[in-house]
Amino acid sequence: MSVTLDDVRHIANLARIAMSDEEAAKLLPELNNILGWVEQLGEVDTDGVEPLATVVDMAMRLREDEVTDGNCRDAVLSNAPDAEHGFFAVPKVIE
Amino acid sequence: MSGLTDKTIAELRDGFRSGEFTAVEIAEGFNEAVAASDRLNAYVEKTPELALEAARAADAAKASGDLKPLSGIPIGMKDLFATEGVLTSAGSKMLANFKPPYESTVSGNLKAAGAGMLGKLNMDEFAMGSSNETCAHGNVISPWRREGSNAALTPGGSSGGSAAAVAAGIAPGATGTDTGGSIRQPAAFTGICGIKPTYGRCSRWGIVSFASSLDQAGPMAKTVRDCAIMLGAMAGFDPKDSTSIDAPIPDWEAGLSSDLKGKRVGVPKEYRIDGVPGEIQKLWDQGLEWLRDAGAEPVEISLPHTKYALPTYYIIAPAEASSNLARYDGVRYGLREMVEGGGLHDMYKATRADGFGAEVKRRIMIGTYVLSAGFYDAYFTKAQKVRALIKEDFRKAFETCDLILTPTAPSAAFGLGEKMSDPLAMYLNDVFAVPASLAGLPAMSVPGGLDDAGLPLGLHLIGKEMDEQTVLNAGLAIEERAPKIDMPEKWW
Repeated sequence: MSVTLDDVRHIANLARIAMSDEEAAKLLPELNNILGWVEQLGEVDTDGVEPLATVVDMAMRLREDEVTDGNCRDAVLSNAPDAEHGFFAVPKVIE
Repeated sequence: MSGLTDKTIAELRDGFRSGEFTAVEIAEGFNEAVAASDRLNAYVEKTPELALEAARAADAAKASGDLKPLSGIPIGMKDLFATEGVLTSAGSKMLANFKPPYESTVSGNLKAAGAGMLGKLNMDEFAMGSSNETCAHGNVISPWRREGSNAALTPGGSSGGSAAAVAAGIAPGATGTDTGGSIRQPAAFTGICGIKPTYGRCSRWGIVSFASSLDQAGPMAKTVRDCAIMLGAMAGFDPKDSTSIDAPIPDWEAGLSSDLKGKRVGVPKEYRIDGVPGEIQKLWDQGLEWLRDAGAEPVEISLPHTKYALPTYYIIAPAEASSNLARYDGVRYGLREMVEGGGLHDMYKATRADGFGAEVKRRIMIGTYVLSAGFYDAYFTKAQKVRALIKEDFRKAFETCDLILTPTAPSAAFGLGEKMSDPLAMYLNDVFAVPASLAGLPAMSVPGGLDDAGLPLGLHLIGKEMDEQTVLNAGLAIEERAPKIDMPEKWW
């Protein structure tokens, strides 16, 4: 299975990365090389194997539902490219 | 005071405690060496005042009899660890000005143990790379050179700044992180030691995420003992990391013993791969002899899914990375690029196009593809299943052995620029390191000797889950028997 230039543009859009036609064309063979290489996993018989999501065999811990952090708005905003009135500011979303 | 920067962490600690020199003298010695190391490009941010501040506290603690395990020891911090008020760029333009308002658990643990910080160490962008050539700050240059050559070599990656700093004597020890070999391969390339503990030993809280099911912090230092000392301070349960292991931390330094009687050392036949230079094979055989000499019994083992480890890794790691790196949206922190007349989506796209380098984009694209509708099961679920088989391979192997010996990397350090044009060739660097990462096992690189060009080669030890002690002990047995490596003379 190989990807096309349109696929590359589509993935770039999903990943929210602006990409020129030139960049997409350069990535195309690189992605196909890597994808072709990982496809060797198809040789492995994995019938009945449970996918492994984490190597740590443990139950999720629960804790008391109490506030342990907070009241640090200005610290949270301190690295924001744009903050106004105590909020993150973004370009207009609704026309 | 000269000579201090050649010492190990244990020697510095003991000399400081016995009054041979003060903590301030140690910090000043290293600060001076760091200031004169710009040609290596190992430090992206220097914090001499923080090193001095901790040193003054250490000297005061000594006077009042209140010493901590790492009092008097300054260290280098990989730039992936969030450090309060100090640049944390993860080697990326995206975070070029990021100063976290909080401290990562591991760096905080080191500070609480009395360690000072010399600065932040350069690395591949978001820890994605094996040569340090994907850094937004320019690559680190290894202090090592081939005999009779001035060609610039890679220190390995992604913890290349950490490795170069320890080898160059501009930090007695440094933190690293290892997702698929990023501590072990650079340690091997620079003639030092580095251990990735069992997944979950060190908290991931405050470490800039790459692939969360694989990322693990660990120490890089000149000796096995130094690694044991540092790891003891870094590790520990942290309720802020849901995958942190709630288990006591053994005193690894006190448990060090190079007597391996009764230990069986496994040699996986599948690791004898084509194209690996003869001197690597020779070193592997020699390493096995050293372990036998220390009392261990060699046994052949089989890890049948070894050849599928790298392709599995190059599905799982990019998939997790594409998800983790979605946070870089130009809203809350990091770079923002606006598009004239554009809206929110244009801002996202322009920000991410400008902020990420080529390798990071490549991995995000792969990860996004393998997670996308219609391909998720064929790639991602499949890889997770093969990962389960790889973990099972190790479980079975450890029924007949107590630790595993392999080479760390398939070659010595290569020249800068030699492998950048071929991503797949670069990925092959981690062929021996990746399986232990996928299985979450503790693994260490220790220097085994020099190759024909005078460059260091590493031996790789993989242990059972939670059994860092056997890994460290086998490392010590090799260290005691391997020819002593003289660190490179200063040319920088």
